[in-house]
Amino acid sequence: MPDASLEAFRSELVEWLEANCPASLRPGATSTKEDRDSWQQVYIERGYTMPTWPREYGGGGLSKDEARVLSHEMGRFANWVPVASFFGTSMLGPVLLEFGNEEQKKEHLPKIVSCEIQWCQGYSEPGAGSDLASLQTRAVRDGDKYIINGSKIWTTGANNADWIFCLTRTDPDAAKHDGISFILFDLRQPGVTISPIQLISGASEFCQVFFQDVKAEARNLVGTLNGGWTIAKRLLQHERAMLSGGTGGGGERPQAKKGPVPAPTSALAEAARAHLGEKQGQLADYPLRDRIAQNEMDALCFGLTLKRSGEQAKAGQGPGPATSMFKLYASELNKRRSEILMSVRGAAALGWSGDEFTPLDIMETRGWLRSKGNSIEGGTSEVQLNVIAKRVLGLPD
Amino acid sequence: MSLVLSEEQELIQQAASEFLKEQTPITHLREMRDSEDPVGFSKALWKEMAELGWAGIPFSEDVGGAGLGLAELGVIVEECGRTLSPYPFLSSVVLAGGAIALGGSEAQKQEILTGLCKGETLLALAFQETGRFSPWAIGTKAEKAGDGFRISGEKLFVLDGHVADHLVVAARTSGSSGEENGITLFLVDPSTQGCTVTRSSMIDSRNAARVALSDVTVTSSAVLGEVDRGAEILNAVFDRATAILSAEMVGIISEVFERTVTYLKEREQFGVRIGTFQALKHRAAEMFCEVELAQAVVLDALRALDEDRPHASRVVSAAKARCSDAASLITCEGLQMHGGIGMTDEEDIGLFLKRAKTAELSFGDAAFHRDRFARLTGF
Repeated sequence: MPDASLEAFRSELVEWLEANCPASLRPGATSTKEDRDSWQQVYIERGYTMPTWPREYGGGGLSKDEARVLSHEMGRFANWVPVASFFGTSMLGPVLLEFGNEEQKKEHLPKIVSCEIQWCQGYSEPGAGSDLASLQTRAVRDGDKYIINGSKIWTTGANNADWIFCLTRTDPDAAKHDGISFILFDLRQPGVTISPIQLISGASEFCQVFFQDVKAEARNLVGTLNGGWTIAKRLLQHERAMLSGGTGGGGERPQAKKGPVPAPTSALAEAARAHLGEKQGQLADYPLRDRIAQNEMDALCFGLTLKRSGEQAKAGQGPGPATSMFKLYASELNKRRSEILMSVRGAAALGWSGDEFTPLDIMETRGWLRSKGNSIEGGTSEVQLNVIAKRVLGLPD
Repeated sequence: MSLVLSEEQELIQQAASEFLKEQTPITHLREMRDSEDPVGFSKALWKEMAELGWAGIPFSEDVGGAGLGLAELGVIVEECGRTLSPYPFLSSVVLAGGAIALGGSEAQKQEILTGLCKGETLLALAFQETGRFSPWAIGTKAEKAGDGFRISGEKLFVLDGHVADHLVVAARTSGSSGEENGITLFLVDPSTQGCTVTRSSMIDSRNAARVALSDVTVTSSAVLGEVDRGAEILNAVFDRATAILSAEMVGIISEVFERTVTYLKEREQFGVRIGTFQALKHRAAEMFCEVELAQAVVLDALRALDEDRPHASRVVSAAKARCSDAASLITCEGLQMHGGIGMTDEEDIGLFLKRAKTAELSFGDAAFHRDRFARLTGF
């Protein structure tokens, strides 16, 4: 149903894009750094890195429908779209909008939109693993500051981050979940030590972070003192939703009924064709073909489930299945996909480095190793199953 | 089309749910089974369902239908899955009725579909000849005889064949078994000389028959669609039947899942409710995911067929494979979690297990549809 005001927004937007998007960023062109920088500047000024956030916090102030139009037109118009750090946009931002006070929103949200501050997440601690609430990092009030001591682990991107949103224990005598506070502080200060962690895949985006008498401004405590667990849980929901977004197969795209229909393709099947060859027009290895078909269908079903859940939410039919299901399924699906890809490539999958392996081979092999972390990070698959059992199915403790 | 039910579809669902829970709870199937009812369902109730418009849902208004789609029919059949209602939606409406709607002449449609929509005429499609679903493995021969045809062969698992007023028979007018070309569909009156229909006794206590055809002669007006080109109709009919059967499976697995979760919350052992055990919790949570995935893909498959989408068959295969695997997992887990009581005839879970297995192996199991999906995707 074409909506008149939405169409007006679209034509204004297209006009603006025509006027502002540099030629080198249009499809088919090769972009230059200067153009990307200037385009990013213009884009940020409109609040378009976070189009649905309110304008007073630096966002675009668009409705969800307008944001969809923006995303569609940008995809059509430019081959490079500026994005803000996802820890700021996908996790801290929504939590600040819900729980932050006016001063905190005004101070932090615009700098997320403008990509000025890179955030990281201080949740997991050494020895605690999935048991997030068993954290030991202490924050002790001292005048208008908190003094923080302890250590966080699996801190994604800490070595490139400016600030951290951190779970700290502010009442060691309270029950496990009741003495935790959610505090924001600057990572670029004395007393912070950041050590990258090497993974089985060779590289890593994870760090361990140590705090020794590190200072946080008391005004950067979000929500209530010792009430941080509520915020932590809400943030985890945003995290799960984010982690499950990228790996689904998606529903079929709408296609015109007339005219030649391009055959559906499967990247996994393409890889298999290259490595295994064909027999009578079908992948030569029947058992692998079966596993590939299974994985492709699972991805299709998962994409449709995400789509349905979104539509249910839009139609006001409750929250749909918990985001835990999406996190769980996206992780397991991606791991299985990586396993199949390894089988398909055989010995070519076993290279670690060196000229006899293509860069793609090595990337995919390391991707397989890295995928093992999918069902551990952001809450293990077992934690997600517990959440579903308890919160969705209401099974007893 | 969206993956949430429209207002109209929700109304249909409500009506179906209320009617079926009231009129055909699972005791209804048990009564039919235990009394060895010769029909296997109540013709009077089927007439009532037809009067509610259900038998005519996918047919055009000029034969008395509602002119709606599979999405609407799926809503009803899903509810049938929840109550194990043995009514002839698949056999009469989707399979044989669908073949007539797609391939029939105006006269054939008026003559047969009008009665079907009223709940007065029952139909069956006789195509299968092998155990494992293999749609073109048709050896039944139809040879030219005078101005008509003479048909000989044997058909298995003809759904509701024992009560059908008209059979749609797939026979070979050319080519040999396994080939897609050369199949012709015929309308056969089961009382014709040489046609013997024997009811089969199946694990799901529902209705299938063996149809033996020995020199059955029909006139050329009995041909449905074009000679040698029956597979075109069958392809479309099988897609629809597969999607509708998947909708029934969604009803089955949703019901079994919900009953099992309730049981986990109530049953006590070792002094605690068994739902506190993590080993069972995790498996229940996995079943929940399977149900959600099945629901989404089946809704999309039904809509894809209604919208005549170019890759609808792919989604149908994804739906049937998903439902077959999920039905097997969930009914087996449901039974296991019910423990000893699950093994008794008195507990309903076993009836769901049997019906689910029948549905799983009908119109292609998960492996069949993975192969088909791969072919349709080009690998």
